[in-house]
Amino acid sequence: MRKIVFALAATLAVTAVTSALAEDKYKACFIYVGSKTDGGWTQAHEVGREYAQEKLGDKVETVALENVPEGPDAERAIERFARSGCGIIFTTSFGFMDPTLAVAAKFPDVKFEHATGYKTAPNVTTYNSRFYEGRYIIGQIAGKMSKTGVAGYIASFPIPEVVMGINGFLHGARSVNPDFKLKVVWVNSWFDAGKEADAAKALIDQGVDIITQHTDSTGPMQVAEERGIKAFGQAFDQIKAGPTAQLTAIEDTWGPYYEKQIAAAMDGTWKGGQSSWDGLKDGILSMAPYTNMPDDVKAMAEATEAAIIDGSLHPFTGPINKQDGSVWLKEGEVSDDGTLLGMNFYIEGVDDKLPQ
Amino acid sequence: MDIAQNILLTIMTAATPLLIAAIGELVVERSGVLNLGVEGMMVIGAVCGFAATILSGSPWIGMLAAIVAGAVASLLFGVLTLSLAANQVATGLSLTLLGLGLSGMIGESFVGSAGIKLASLDIPVLSDIPLIGRLIFGQDPIFYMSLILTGGVAWFLFRTRAGLTLRAIGDNHASAHALGINVLKIRYLAVMFGGACAGLAGAHLSLVYTPQWVENMTAGRGWIALALVVFASWRPWRVLGGAYLFGAVSIGQLHAQALGIGIPSQFLSALPYVATIVVLVIISRDRRLTLMNTPASLGQAFVPDR
Repeated sequence: MRKIVFALAATLAVTAVTSALAEDKYKACFIYVGSKTDGGWTQAHEVGREYAQEKLGDKVETVALENVPEGPDAERAIERFARSGCGIIFTTSFGFMDPTLAVAAKFPDVKFEHATGYKTAPNVTTYNSRFYEGRYIIGQIAGKMSKTGVAGYIASFPIPEVVMGINGFLHGARSVNPDFKLKVVWVNSWFDAGKEADAAKALIDQGVDIITQHTDSTGPMQVAEERGIKAFGQAFDQIKAGPTAQLTAIEDTWGPYYEKQIAAAMDGTWKGGQSSWDGLKDGILSMAPYTNMPDDVKAMAEATEAAIIDGSLHPFTGPINKQDGSVWLKEGEVSDDGTLLGMNFYIEGVDDKLPQ
Repeated sequence: MDIAQNILLTIMTAATPLLIAAIGELVVERSGVLNLGVEGMMVIGAVCGFAATILSGSPWIGMLAAIVAGAVASLLFGVLTLSLAANQVATGLSLTLLGLGLSGMIGESFVGSAGIKLASLDIPVLSDIPLIGRLIFGQDPIFYMSLILTGGVAWFLFRTRAGLTLRAIGDNHASAHALGINVLKIRYLAVMFGGACAGLAGAHLSLVYTPQWVENMTAGRGWIALALVVFASWRPWRVLGGAYLFGAVSIGQLHAQALGIGIPSQFLSALPYVATIVVLVIISRDRRLTLMNTPASLGQAFVPDR
């Protein structure tokens, strides 16, 4: 029922938006999974869109469609954009991967950019951010700050991106506290403030004293503030929701990438079939101010951040064992990107069975 | 004990908005009107409650604003379906769409504002009772209202003449009309009661559950409330049981995951829906009783023929 409702809404919105567009400007279009004002993932993309619009000025018209559910409805929404004269379309959620490819095959002249996916085509490029670098840093902070040695992780869906984040966080924590444990709760939603808050309460009731999340609302941060424990912001600085709870946040900064790609699409230098995967050093993600922690922990976090930026530290450097105790990376060995992007196993210390 | 108490508190918090919205819808459906706009009215209640709280500084005013906003939204539905006899299913769906969009617009400037939580109201003496004191008598005001509403509606529907009249309209509006009952007037009142309850349920989300405003923060709870009414076969105490069962299984599955027991999380996530439906279907298996409780003219438009 909800899906039908959203599909109707999406169709109406696209029609309204496209008919209002001026014809002579280059059109760059964005599809969002959540609301522009979610205070997390989608808002970060919206800020990126606004940045690109401002930098490129009058030559470009950027259009965004929010609250598009993943799955078949997304295909209709993307196709409407493609038909309406968009030159380049950014689809900003993992679940838009197959719909994006399906529409791209029908519209070879339109350029597509899909965030966080792993499938490309002659007119589809993927882009992603090395979130695990930030997750490694917050893991280290958690390892230092936690008294119980157990952290709670509120996860959305068991896709490689999320599993990679869990492993990155735990590996960071274990680099300062080898016995560190991690409890994982899957809420099977990207965005449900109430459910995310319930998950945070469940984790806290079971003895974790630090929580982090891979979901998009500020619900968990608010619970952390209320219960007097620490937490990390997700995708966006969430300090307003947790003034004494937030240690730092992993902030996504998509703007410069959007500006670069739209400009390339306009002057004909845009290339399909690429996979861009930038990290802290490129500025596509950054850490919100380190707060609510002692100076030595802050210094450690800053040192780690600097080491990742100058390339002397790769977060996934061995020795790392898989959850069952078998060796994944030997001493000094660094994971290749392919393994990370298709990650479907936990590392040692995760107190959860990976949903398959 | 502390953990058990915390878990029970979380369950009650999760169940309360479902219960309030469902009780409101139960009265609406008992009068023979099917309002599928619960989700929309709830989200309007959530945003208006939050906005009024921020502007006035008092969550009590916010709560009142949410109730009024829900009732006003339902009035729109009432005019279309009762006075103009429009299709109830289509109108209800539109109300949900309107609510989701409108609330996003109203709430745009309130996103990220620090919310004010409706403080819990400890009832003196009673809240000091060991074990259950804090659970039942140390809660937020909306929790007490949810219990009073359930009891009140059960009493009203089955113990008062007005309740009998309302049920009669739901069963056969033509006969009720022939008896000289003002069908539309009573349906208007029922629809507005439903809207007010949905608004209050929304206020619980934005003032108690997670005191903040984010778009679509109801996240489908209005639809769950609608389903609860049907599976509870239109009986108030069963709605209460269903809401608490749903809350208990939703919270329980999160704890099961945090404990690390090896059950796939997709199955656990589906469990609240499955368990609630199965249990309510089993307790409603007496077909005769269920038919007796189903409002016979549910969803049918009524045009008075003088």
